[in-house]
Amino acid sequence: MFDNLSDKLNSAFKALRGHGTLSEKNIQDGLKQVRMALLEADVNYRVAKKVISDIKERALGQEVMKSLSPGQQVVKIVYDEFTEMMGSSHEDLDLKGKIPCAVMLVGLQGSGKTTTCGKLALFLRKNGKKPFFVPVDVYRPAAIDQLKKIGKQLDVPVFQSTCDMKPLDICRKAEKQAEELGCDVLLIDTAGRLHVDEKLMAELSAIKKGIEPCEILLVADAMTGQDAVNIAGSFDKILDLTGVVLSKMDGDARGGAALSIKAVTGKPLKFIGVGEKFTALEPFHPERMASRILGMGDTLSFIEKAQEAVDEEKAEELAKKLKKNQFTLEDFRDQMASVRKMGSIKDLIAMLPGVNKKQMKGLNIDDSQFARIEAIINSMTPEERKTHSIIKGSRKKRIAKGSGVTVQEVNKLLKSYVQAMKMVKKFNKGGMRSLKNMLPF
Amino acid sequence: MAFNLFKNKKEQSNRPSNNILEKFKRGLSKTRKILTTDINELFSSGKNSDEAILERLEEILISSDLGIEITMNIVEKISKKFQKNSNPEELKQVLKKELLALFPKKSDSTDSRQIKKPYVIMVIGVNGTGKTTTLGKLAMKYTSAGKKVLIAAADTFRAAAIEQVEIWADRSNASIVKHRQGADPAAVAFDGVEASIARDVDVLLIDTAGRLHTQKNLMEELKKIKRSVGKRLKGAPHEILMVLDATTGQNAISQAKLFNEAVGITALALTKLDGTAKGGIVASIANSMNLPLKYIGVGEKIEDLEDFNAELFINALFD
Repeated sequence: MFDNLSDKLNSAFKALRGHGTLSEKNIQDGLKQVRMALLEADVNYRVAKKVISDIKERALGQEVMKSLSPGQQVVKIVYDEFTEMMGSSHEDLDLKGKIPCAVMLVGLQGSGKTTTCGKLALFLRKNGKKPFFVPVDVYRPAAIDQLKKIGKQLDVPVFQSTCDMKPLDICRKAEKQAEELGCDVLLIDTAGRLHVDEKLMAELSAIKKGIEPCEILLVADAMTGQDAVNIAGSFDKILDLTGVVLSKMDGDARGGAALSIKAVTGKPLKFIGVGEKFTALEPFHPERMASRILGMGDTLSFIEKAQEAVDEEKAEELAKKLKKNQFTLEDFRDQMASVRKMGSIKDLIAMLPGVNKKQMKGLNIDDSQFARIEAIINSMTPEERKTHSIIKGSRKKRIAKGSGVTVQEVNKLLKSYVQAMKMVKKFNKGGMRSLKNMLPF
Repeated sequence: MAFNLFKNKKEQSNRPSNNILEKFKRGLSKTRKILTTDINELFSSGKNSDEAILERLEEILISSDLGIEITMNIVEKISKKFQKNSNPEELKQVLKKELLALFPKKSDSTDSRQIKKPYVIMVIGVNGTGKTTTLGKLAMKYTSAGKKVLIAAADTFRAAAIEQVEIWADRSNASIVKHRQGADPAAVAFDGVEASIARDVDVLLIDTAGRLHTQKNLMEELKKIKRSVGKRLKGAPHEILMVLDATTGQNAISQAKLFNEAVGITALALTKLDGTAKGGIVASIANSMNLPLKYIGVGEKIEDLEDFNAELFINALFD
């Protein structure tokens, strides 16, 4: 529905052309769109309300950056706010303290605790740890079996719990056994439970008290709706969580729950589950989540990449060279490299506002061509790169041989270089707009 | 509603009442959370300004996961009424009407007496919504109504899924058809139909593996299961029950849409309503896809699967 928030924002900001200032009046419509996008992404109603008022405060009075449209500017502010809210970087597991230490997984039924257990085991082993599975879900039929089977599959030892044992007893015995086996991390797979189930929640606090885990992770489904605040809030209140794992991120859910959970608990999101395979566990990246919730990753990455790729100093240097007519093949190569840094050309074009996906279908751009061009330029002598006019027959042959291409291709490159030279003369002050014009299509 | 009555036996013995509506209301005490609470309170507080009431209504509806579109529609309709200076009672009626209109009119085609044997029900949904538990409860429901039930353990992917279904079969006194983990689920389903015919079974329940609707291969697999069932028994599966988790937000729409495109859903079940989630998204799906919400899961006990009745439920919201 809101696949293209940036388009909506752009139309909302039509009145605000050029280099205006964001004011309460002209920002109103845009913020309304942002709010809709947040609610559509399942960000909790109250959290969304708070976010919008924060963003408003932040945006008021800001000058619109030259390289961005007012719509993009608002998106950038929203994005910055989000990223800040969700933590600035990835937080790893904290396994300090006694050995073996315990990582306890909690959550609602069906959120993906047992699968996450398997994934964490692989992750830990990759980091030189020796995990030990502790199934304490004595309620759901065959839940213990499930973890035992996963243990067998991944070759991770499992404590042999049975349904008639008490969860805390299991954990205590498992701790001893892990020590004997030389395992250093217990992965405690608790039964799924509703946060309003007082009896079962008390059981969790008893386990916590009994074995003092170094990590208590809430496994939450990325598809969770408005209720995420209640769920995460309750688990955190009772257990004082140390982090969150967001599961089922390989679907098409926007994952607004992430923002709600972070807002209500303040606890870091540590991992995301991205598939049914046990290797499908990734560290959580706040920036990526921010763009996913907004449903406009493309525009955001364009803004980001554009800022990254255009190094102001280099651009200035280039401008100087241009004035002196010194734009060499070497500069040509560097320019191309900076464009390529922004991603595949096809992706780049797709990111540009106004390009629709249908048009893209017929477009076939081979990124490997750029690699060839680079190879050709790299096969030239420094002198040739400085003065392209000296490249004649035998030099061309040598260059072609050196880069594994035909002489025709070398010719083609020289031709486009000359063309680019003409275009480059239009290059003023190094804005994005002129960089876009340098794309050969 | 037999299960409701059963569940509330204790309560009833303490407070005997002949009022049928009262009984329903108590039975629906959990159900009523499905969309919203505080509606009465909202309209009875005459102190607030119109705008504050509308904002609060918007919050209630959105917090129930009803989605923006429906919320905005309802809020707009109510706000128009406000302008005509109507009283709270009238506004309540408007809201009631709007909410009821979200659920498609009942076309009760599942009268078990008219159904041919075996009646094949395939249970589908994304991971962790409660397919197997719902299936187990359904098995219990049918066997305790004197039906002969067979379960096909066609979730051959998840570790111990077969064992889980076995336990349910045991509890509900149903028989089971199973293969090994990793076997072709379509073959299990096919064998299930075959066995049902041979053993003169009334109801065949097919458990399928949870899968994200965006996984193309797995959706193809689901299509194949359906095809192979239809191959052995024309017209089967008779029911394709999609299980939705009440805690799921707007993504449920995408789930229902893609599952429907793949195999065609005939009914919905909403689970985990015993928490604080309201599951409003199901109203949005029922409405936009014209699908009946047949069952609601309100607890982990076998009898905690209730038949859903929109009218009773909406009335209970307001009374």
